[in-house]
Amino acid sequence: MKVLDAHKLSYKELNDMIKEEAPREKEIHIKNVRGQRYIGGTLNQGCTLYLDGVPGNDLASFMNGAHIVVSGNAQDGVGNTMNGGEIVIHGHGGDIMGYAMRGGEIYVKTEVGYRVGIHMKEFGDQVPKLIIGGSAGNFLGEYMAGGVIIVLGISYSPEDSIGSFCGTGMHGGRIYIRGEVPDYKFGKEVKEVPLEEEDYRLLEAKIKKYCRHFDYSMEEIDLKDFHKYVPKGSRPYGNLYAY
Amino acid sequence: MGLSMLAPEYRVDRDKERCIDCKVCVTQCPYDVHYFDGDEEKVFAREENCVNCHRCVVLCPTRALIIRKYPLELRENSAWKEIDIRQLQKQAETGGILLSGMGNPKPLPVYWDKILLNASQVTNPSIDPLREPMELKTFLGSKPERLEIGCDGSVKTKIAPQLELSAPVMFTAMSFGSISLNACRVLAEAAHDLGIYYNTGEGGLHQSLYEFADNTIVQVASGRFGVNSEYLKTGAGIEIKIGQGAKPGIGGHLPGEKVREEVAATRMIPLGTDAISPAPHHDIYSIEDLRQLIFALKEASDYEKPVSVKIAAVHNVAAIASGIARAGADIITIDGFRGGTGAAPTRIRDNVGIPIEFAISAVDNRLKDEGIRNQVSVVAAGSIRNSADIVKAVALGADAVYIGTAALLAMGCHLCRKCYMGKCSWGIATQQPHLVKRLNPEIGRERLVNLVTGWKHEIKEILGGMGINAVDSLRGNRHMLRGVDLNSRELDILGIKAAGE
Repeated sequence: MKVLDAHKLSYKELNDMIKEEAPREKEIHIKNVRGQRYIGGTLNQGCTLYLDGVPGNDLASFMNGAHIVVSGNAQDGVGNTMNGGEIVIHGHGGDIMGYAMRGGEIYVKTEVGYRVGIHMKEFGDQVPKLIIGGSAGNFLGEYMAGGVIIVLGISYSPEDSIGSFCGTGMHGGRIYIRGEVPDYKFGKEVKEVPLEEEDYRLLEAKIKKYCRHFDYSMEEIDLKDFHKYVPKGSRPYGNLYAY
Repeated sequence: MGLSMLAPEYRVDRDKERCIDCKVCVTQCPYDVHYFDGDEEKVFAREENCVNCHRCVVLCPTRALIIRKYPLELRENSAWKEIDIRQLQKQAETGGILLSGMGNPKPLPVYWDKILLNASQVTNPSIDPLREPMELKTFLGSKPERLEIGCDGSVKTKIAPQLELSAPVMFTAMSFGSISLNACRVLAEAAHDLGIYYNTGEGGLHQSLYEFADNTIVQVASGRFGVNSEYLKTGAGIEIKIGQGAKPGIGGHLPGEKVREEVAATRMIPLGTDAISPAPHHDIYSIEDLRQLIFALKEASDYEKPVSVKIAAVHNVAAIASGIARAGADIITIDGFRGGTGAAPTRIRDNVGIPIEFAISAVDNRLKDEGIRNQVSVVAAGSIRNSADIVKAVALGADAVYIGTAALLAMGCHLCRKCYMGKCSWGIATQQPHLVKRLNPEIGRERLVNLVTGWKHEIKEILGGMGINAVDSLRGNRHMLRGVDLNSRELDILGIKAAGE
């Protein structure tokens, strides 16, 4: 395991070091991370970064399969256009987490900000997943085109576990939320559907992982409490135009 | 909905003496205009479907077909023109947003045509480009403030990455999805042959076009379709699309029926879903955020590629361009209000934005005033029709231009402006396999190379006439321009004198 110290390093200096070490190191421990941007950007499979501190915006942008564990909170744009890999955040995340994310998984222990999961997509075997332990801000899953968002709402009432306009413009993917959330919280392109066997299998697998990452008891969570939301159609604006 | 109140736009005149009922028009028309009536054993036309694409006219073996504007002699009214009535009725029938293809066709002034070029007479000899060297080579990218030269003559200053063009012209962003793969291939191959660049638009880069990577600018737009680290590292340059001249301030919807297998794979989205590009990039709400994305892309491409930011020419274009330069972009692309599109809401296309001519001079002035002109190259787009327009754009202050409509015309487009219907009879703006194969990539490539080759000769002739032997000496050289039929305010903004001054 390689240990790097990010103290007083610019993002470019730090990322150059990571890019150099990552192909030959299985694990890199980075101390004193203080808001450096783009950490883990484009990083390929085979390396795990352990970040001590708070990484800056665009953590893991365009990431390609690497693993990142953040001991503290994360800022905006985590997993921006991420292609694969796994991010575990032992705190909260900022706005637009998972923007246009195409693959991989992000686990957040507590809250996330606005427009999280915006324009997430999926393609073939790549189905991105966002697992949020606490609450999410407004516009969760806006323009969502694929993938999975799971909100556990731990220490929140169901109503407070998401903001308003959830899934507005949604045309693919699915959102699972624990507890009954009133309709006014959702965009007009979203509908609720009953969960099926495969939904429970997916939830169980991902929530087990969440519990393992954050040392939370699986017994606290009853899978039967989850509600599933999907888009009404894959073409929300199909009838908007006069041809 | 009852009877349509819309009269046909076009009339199909079939010369019965010439027509041999061979049915070529029937098989060629994707809009279901021509049909063969088995009982009558004759070809007829459903004129209300005709879009005047001229496919049948060109392919009719006996020249029996003429398409005319339908003589719609409505009672004269200066306020309510035919187009206004037609559009209103279409909306009354559908309740939808009016859609249009290609650039703004309204009779607003074309400032290129109000600008005239200079030539040398007596005092400064003109140059004959047929016998003397004439340099059109253009480099796009950030230039250093000063150059440090070592004792051995080598350049010691680290130069930012540059795009090298054999002439100041490139093929603008047109996505696979909005145009066919054959059309993309024509652009890629022609760019390769000509030593210039084409731009993927927001459609991703099809696997079969990776071989032209060195002549490819890859685009990153709000939907991030087809964007991954391989894509970013493959292109010669990266362009962030903020806006488009035909539709400033709004996003795009590629309808699901165009998202067939190849388009879906290239954009990396499921088959048949709408590909929706939101109006803004939701990670960019400020110049600081733009800087963040510019450097995210530079980090992702190891600082080896110039990053361009494309905006539509809007009211405050000069201030915005200054912000883009300060955000760290290497190239600013400005698309004027006449810029083309596969589909745009008509009201936006026809009413939003400013002419590119003003935008070029305003941006060039502003960047020079602030002492940062060297930090960025300026690429102008939107309504460049010929080589003279290119010369005028460069003299106003652009480093190079993008052409889109002109390139499509070279491939066979007849500017019927129905790209959004996805039935392009010339095989360009369509994904239907039987239509796509109408565009032969080899022939398209040859025609496009011919066009730009001809333009290169013309630019050299024009430069030679001015007594200039390199396009670098033309850039921002507004002494070479004079205005006609322009008021003094317009002349001031363009930074040119009136003819005779």
